[in-house]
Amino acid sequence: MSLSAPTIARAAAPAPPARAYIRIDGVAKTYRSARGSVEALGAVSLDVGEREFVSIVGPSGCGKSTLLMLVAGLYLASSGRITVGGKAVAGPVTDLGIVFQKDVLLDWRSVLDNVMLQPEIRRLPAAPYRERALALLDQAGLAGFVDKYPSELSGGMRQRVSICRALVHDSPLLLMDEPFGALDAMTRDQMNLDLLKIWEAGRKTALFITHSISEAVFLSDRVVVMSPRPGRIQDILTIDLPRPRTLALRETAEFARYNRELRQHFQAMGVLRENA
Amino acid sequence: MSTAVGAAPGAADADRAGSRTALLQHVVPWLAFVLALAAWEGGVRAFSIPQWLLPAPSAIASELLAQPRVFAMHALVTSGEIVLGFLLSVAVGIPLAFGIAYSKVFERTLYPLLVASQAVPKVAIAPLLIVWFGFGTLPKVIVAFLIAFFPIVIDTVVGLRSVQPEMLHLARSMGATGWQTFRKIRLPKALPSIFAGFKVAITLSVVGAIVGEFVAADRGLGYLLMVASGEMNSRLLFAAIIVLTLIGVAFFLLIEALERWCIPWHAADAHEGLHGGA
Repeated sequence: MSLSAPTIARAAAPAPPARAYIRIDGVAKTYRSARGSVEALGAVSLDVGEREFVSIVGPSGCGKSTLLMLVAGLYLASSGRITVGGKAVAGPVTDLGIVFQKDVLLDWRSVLDNVMLQPEIRRLPAAPYRERALALLDQAGLAGFVDKYPSELSGGMRQRVSICRALVHDSPLLLMDEPFGALDAMTRDQMNLDLLKIWEAGRKTALFITHSISEAVFLSDRVVVMSPRPGRIQDILTIDLPRPRTLALRETAEFARYNRELRQHFQAMGVLRENA
Repeated sequence: MSTAVGAAPGAADADRAGSRTALLQHVVPWLAFVLALAAWEGGVRAFSIPQWLLPAPSAIASELLAQPRVFAMHALVTSGEIVLGFLLSVAVGIPLAFGIAYSKVFERTLYPLLVASQAVPKVAIAPLLIVWFGFGTLPKVIVAFLIAFFPIVIDTVVGLRSVQPEMLHLARSMGATGWQTFRKIRLPKALPSIFAGFKVAITLSVVGAIVGEFVAADRGLGYLLMVASGEMNSRLLFAAIIVLTLIGVAFFLLIEALERWCIPWHAADAHEGLHGGA
């Protein structure tokens, strides 16, 4: 890639992670309807390593959310093959937690009971998971809100609850589809910090969809850049920044360089233009 | 309210605004009601309006108090028809709605038929129902049911479909069974809509029962109205209408109480919304 800054240490072809947890192999998705078919996703191949945090950035409609749904087995691929945890995906993958942009909390359940929906539906024993739910909520700064109802919470707090719900059953995979897309900038920064704190405390394989470049750099081990529809992988950038990541990191030259490099991709695609 | 918003913030102002809200909410409606009654009474007396045209509130009250047992008997008959008609609407409407919400085949075949059936004026069917089912309670219950069940079907379908697709995705990723999704997500989510349907249905049941009684009956408030109308007895007409109104309001409040009991989270939201809008 001619765009890469020479000072940044990164492999020409990103080294495949030690052990892949998600394998996406030549996966394409075409939506068919009465009015014709739309190719949402071109042939995409990507491995996500065990306990790795990978973000996918791309312009709106590039199929990045579709890719996440395919990994979750909630949509089925038109061609290609996906394996999660060594098992081929042929239907909903249940050994995972998902966070969507909408928090989709249940209005009639308290914060704690919303988190407990997960173990309840999975028929897991209530007592130990209740302990875990309370611990997670405490970590998410919601200790004083466990008995509140979603209508009493702010957007950021609601999304924290839905993250706790995705983590409570302690599955090895966390999928997030623009979880902070609906939040204001300040809340978003805080959510990034909190998410990292929770994630670093018990690392899971994480696939994170966003259209914020800086968010992707801040959170991830690797950032995947996707092209406009039909989405294809344009580049994969290894983010070689130390963890735990701090706010101060965002002021560093390296951080800026990663951002610039990703931004240049979008400029090259014509998604981002400057009026000269 | 709007004047209080403009006032300088302070505990005293907030207090005054609070008591003013209470005043507006509780006292003013009753005051308006009493004033309207007084104006009615005064108007009838001042212009010496004949009783067959417009009886005074006092005359209507004395009519009601003169023979409370008679009114109670007729009210009981009509109430029974209303309740049975409503219950039948629920018993038929809810399963129909579930069928429509869950089965494409059911929806494609039944839904257009249901909508078309609503174009048939139920009042026009009432005489036919008398031919089929005689003069008893049954035809009235059926008219009430025919008028009332449709909103229950529509609102229940809307409620069952109001679940966000993301929520259903989430349920699938948890490995939820169809029953779990229904019990823990779809049904509670649909309850506010279902109760909205109930509220419309109970008021329509009142209409249905009366229409049924209009066509052929020997008791009930609808029958009483027909008798009073034949005799040009406006006092009796008004008295019957008032009893009927009270019955309608009572049933509506009963459904509302049931709603608050079944879905407290929704009632709390509605309450907040009211304050937020004020």
